[in-house]
Amino acid sequence: MNGDAAPVVLRTEHLGRRVGDVWIVNDISLDVRHCELLGVVGASGSGKSSFLRLLNRLDEPTSGTVYLGDQDYRQIPPPTLRQRVGMVTQRPFLFPGDIASNLRFGPTQRGETLPDSEIASLLERVGLPGFAARNVANLSGGEQQRVSLARSLANRPEILLLDEPTSALDEQAKVGIEELIRKLVSEHCLTFVLVSHDRDQARRLCDRVAFIEAGKLIRVGTPEEVLSA
Amino acid sequence: MLKSLFHSQVALGLAQAAIAALLALLVVFLARRRNIHLESDAAIALVRGIVQIVIMGSLLVLLLKAPRWSSVFLLAGMIIAAGSISAKRAKNVPGAQKVSTYSIAAGAGLVTAVMTWAGVIDTAITSLIPVGSMIIANAMNTNGLALNRFRSEVLAHSGEIETALALGAAPEKTIASYTEASIHSSLIPAIDNLRSLGIVWIPGLMTGMLISGADPLYSAIYQFVVIAMILASSGLTSLLSTTMIRAYVFSPAEQLLLKESA
Repeated sequence: MNGDAAPVVLRTEHLGRRVGDVWIVNDISLDVRHCELLGVVGASGSGKSSFLRLLNRLDEPTSGTVYLGDQDYRQIPPPTLRQRVGMVTQRPFLFPGDIASNLRFGPTQRGETLPDSEIASLLERVGLPGFAARNVANLSGGEQQRVSLARSLANRPEILLLDEPTSALDEQAKVGIEELIRKLVSEHCLTFVLVSHDRDQARRLCDRVAFIEAGKLIRVGTPEEVLSA
Repeated sequence: MLKSLFHSQVALGLAQAAIAALLALLVVFLARRRNIHLESDAAIALVRGIVQIVIMGSLLVLLLKAPRWSSVFLLAGMIIAAGSISAKRAKNVPGAQKVSTYSIAAGAGLVTAVMTWAGVIDTAITSLIPVGSMIIANAMNTNGLALNRFRSEVLAHSGEIETALALGAAPEKTIASYTEASIHSSLIPAIDNLRSLGIVWIPGLMTGMLISGADPLYSAIYQFVVIAMILASSGLTSLLSTTMIRAYVFSPAEQLLLKESA
């Protein structure tokens, strides 16, 4: 858990995105602190996933910007920005082949080779020891999502964005992924922004929660403050 | 049967065109019974086809007396029209019109220019226009197929593409396999034409040369030359269009712009 004293690693300033005449993200200013798990909750279509896509610049803001540390993220080359701000989506979209090649994908883009020992260590962290040579076609939904997490972690991100990572999983797999996320925050001090439509999940996992409605930030605070209101 | 009914060649041609169009419409009717609606596309294409080819025939009569350089303008007009028609196969793909026109101009234009310079295509209007138009038309078809397939591939794999972008991949890397598939599938007709030449089909150009008294062996070889030129220009067009379209599918900030809602 993180208090107000934890340094801000990512800050959105009047962030907005308009599609046609509709502001799907509207003037959101929010801090993400080091080593916290910030939940973004809201009803379906409230703009929470659209907000998340602005954080690693997969979509272009119409207004405002994002600061990574003290730097406006528009000054950072997109591949570098996306290495520093990783993302795990609802569907894992694993690349055909074995798990090791999926984990190597990110580092390879920068001309780095991920050693076998690091692949083994990453797979250990996500609860898939010895899975490196497995073909992704033979994995369960929960295992695929763990590989997706490991693939993003292989890029050594400063912040990891999670877009409904458990919504396509069965109950058992969902609990497993939640435990894994919690462990990554507490043991490895990773910073997460988790989008979820599931208020109970946000209550179980998050240090702070931001509630979004019709693209606007309505409340931000502890899960008790925000979700009980 | 028709020949005994019509004594003027134009009237005979119109009657033959009506029967051919009727046959095409019969197929459209059969398709409709299977809930495949080609009515408006087929009707417009048939009307446009007959009007355009008759205009072109009339123009050729005039052009036969025109200086040789005037064929350049006619070919340029064909390229612009081909770019416009071809771009329609890439619905909602940003920049499709510009990319199609430039690619066809470069692919078909370059091959036609080089082959004319080398003396393979005669500079006489009666030779340059028909052969040039065949090259342009095939480049147009290839370009349409390539962009249409590219669009489908990108839309079907937008999740994979954005996942790769989110992992720090360069845009061209994220669509490399889809670009390759688009080029490959767009060239299937041109390659199959070459493969089946003389076995499955004897193209009109060779038939025309034979009728006009050319040496049969030379006619056959020249037909191969034309089909090979078509493959070269189609390949170049497809390579160029799928390369150029990248700049329109991604924003300068490396965001995927071509999406289902676009």
